[in-house]
Amino acid sequence: MDKKRRKFLKVAGATALAGISAPAVVKLTSTPALASSGHGAVAEGQGNSDASHKQETPSGVRLGMVFDMRKFYGHPELMDKAINACNKAHNIPQIDSKKSEIKWIWRAPFNNVFPEHSAYHASESTENNDFMAVCNHCDEPPCVRVCPTKATFVLEKSGIVAMDYHRCIGCRFCMMGCPYGARSFNWFDPRPYIKEYNPEFPTRMRGVVEKCNFCGERLAKGLEPACVEALKEVGAITFGDLNDPDSEIAKILRENHTIQRKPALGTKPSVFYIV
Amino acid sequence: MIEKVLKGNSRYWMWLAILGAFIAVGAICYIRQFNYGMGLTGMGRDLGWGLYISQFTFLVGVAAGGLMLVLPYYIHNYKVFGRITILGEFLAISAIVMCLLFIMVDIGQPLRALNMILHPTPNSMLFWDMCVLLGYLTLNIICGWVILTSERKQVKPPKWVYIFVYTSLPFAVSIHTVTAMLYCGLPGRHFWLTAITAPRFLASAFAAGPALIALACLIMKRFANFDAGKEAMNKLTTIIMYAALINAFFVCLEFFVGYYSNIPGHKHSLDYLFFGLEHHGHVYNNLVPFMWTSVFLCFGSLALFGYMKIAKVYTDTLMAIGCIAIFIALWLDKGLGFVMGGLAVSPLEEVVEYYPTANEIGITLGIWATGFFVLTMLYKIAVSVEHEVEGH
Repeated sequence: MDKKRRKFLKVAGATALAGISAPAVVKLTSTPALASSGHGAVAEGQGNSDASHKQETPSGVRLGMVFDMRKFYGHPELMDKAINACNKAHNIPQIDSKKSEIKWIWRAPFNNVFPEHSAYHASESTENNDFMAVCNHCDEPPCVRVCPTKATFVLEKSGIVAMDYHRCIGCRFCMMGCPYGARSFNWFDPRPYIKEYNPEFPTRMRGVVEKCNFCGERLAKGLEPACVEALKEVGAITFGDLNDPDSEIAKILRENHTIQRKPALGTKPSVFYIV
Repeated sequence: MIEKVLKGNSRYWMWLAILGAFIAVGAICYIRQFNYGMGLTGMGRDLGWGLYISQFTFLVGVAAGGLMLVLPYYIHNYKVFGRITILGEFLAISAIVMCLLFIMVDIGQPLRALNMILHPTPNSMLFWDMCVLLGYLTLNIICGWVILTSERKQVKPPKWVYIFVYTSLPFAVSIHTVTAMLYCGLPGRHFWLTAITAPRFLASAFAAGPALIALACLIMKRFANFDAGKEAMNKLTTIIMYAALINAFFVCLEFFVGYYSNIPGHKHSLDYLFFGLEHHGHVYNNLVPFMWTSVFLCFGSLALFGYMKIAKVYTDTLMAIGCIAIFIALWLDKGLGFVMGGLAVSPLEEVVEYYPTANEIGITLGIWATGFFVLTMLYKIAVSVEHEVEGH
């Protein structure tokens, strides 16, 4: 990773955590068994200077993601690799039931991921391949609008739609509001279902909602999101600042025709697909 | 006045004991759910709301329905409702108690419920719903209690209480409007995304609430020597008929919009509710019998009430049959179909059917029993005061 990019990611992550972690760090470390001791300090150390520096950018950072589906066609194992990386990074329980499952990033047929796109005379590639579904980190997120406790909110400095698992009362209104089915609820204690425990990220308790966080905790350390990193050599997922004209993601969006999920709803998703 | 609930005949105690048994079962079921999590319900990732929220929605309507007695009496000075207006106010209290209990059992972290107040969020309709429900509950407690106390003392109610009475009128409308807004402002939920949701809710509420009050009157006439009067009962049927007709009209409009526009998203839920929805070779139709039962009960009771009006016959039995039919019809329509129908098709267009678990039904029955327990005690007070006044 070149220096500039690495620095950007750190900035983005630090700003992300400057918002979420200030109160969260205390909470996380208060339960040593489940907490990560490292990243909180990193975020606090760098958050202040970098965050204030970045604020000068008039449009602000808005993190986004592009899935180059052409690279996934015929390679479902690539999707699984990204999904597994996410599961591992975030202690996502593996519950073998459609009713109670928890997923942050998953694969589904085109018709499910893009139900409002025509399915008539679909091309072979869209017909025969799964697509990646993930939280869109919308600019106008309905989940944030409906949450009665501000337990889910937009981090102004990065555009990430984040969750406070300690604030959430589990009313599931956000799941009703989300038109992308991106949110999962812990119907029971998820901890016994975590296959491989990662001390770097908190586990959740029953009765709260969770979803993709664009790996805010990894960005703070200068790392890319887990799914992006897992497919680094293929370059199938690009992550970066949509508002920075010099970013790789902005370049890809300029050069390729992309689609978004349910654009008619006015949610302004930050996740794009090259199909 | 509260001492009135402690004196009653054996029927009264038997009834409370039956309700108490249901409450006990519900409490045990809730303890199980509290300890294990919401996984004990039939709800799931794609069907995140179920019986609890649908009962909540229906009961907000029942609470708002009291307006149909309070408004004619206080605004139009319709004296015939003088004896039963208090029943409307007390019904509102017990219905809101049930609503709040249904919300509490529906949230995954009930111990954090105060976060709604500690972190008030005006952009969330749930926050406003809490505000208007608590407001309406308080108003009805004040109005009901003060007016009943005055009646007992044979004096006019103090003037200041009318401020609360008149405030409670728009509040009744607001509780159901805001409850409708929980649903009708969500992008990507086609069945709910319709501006007619709030008026439809109000129409069905103004039929279901009075129907329940009329039933309570019939029961109390039989067992508690309390007669609301034939004229009041007749007027109630008129109100119920108009409200139920308007509700049916709104439902028909939904059908027109869905099938004439031919937009799949608008048709899916109606298909699922009334005809069965085919998806990947499987037909999902577990609510179809309930919805058609609702249709037949609704039009059946309208026909019955119509016959009673035209032929000028009135018997308590016919009245009871009509009220039970319309109440069940509206419960199936709103307390079952509206929420499940809206959720049957997930945002990723998978079809999921909902089957509540025994534990969930136990909790639901327990809360209904709690509501009827509160209602019984409140009505006992109201009726005892009436008897006391008449005895003088």
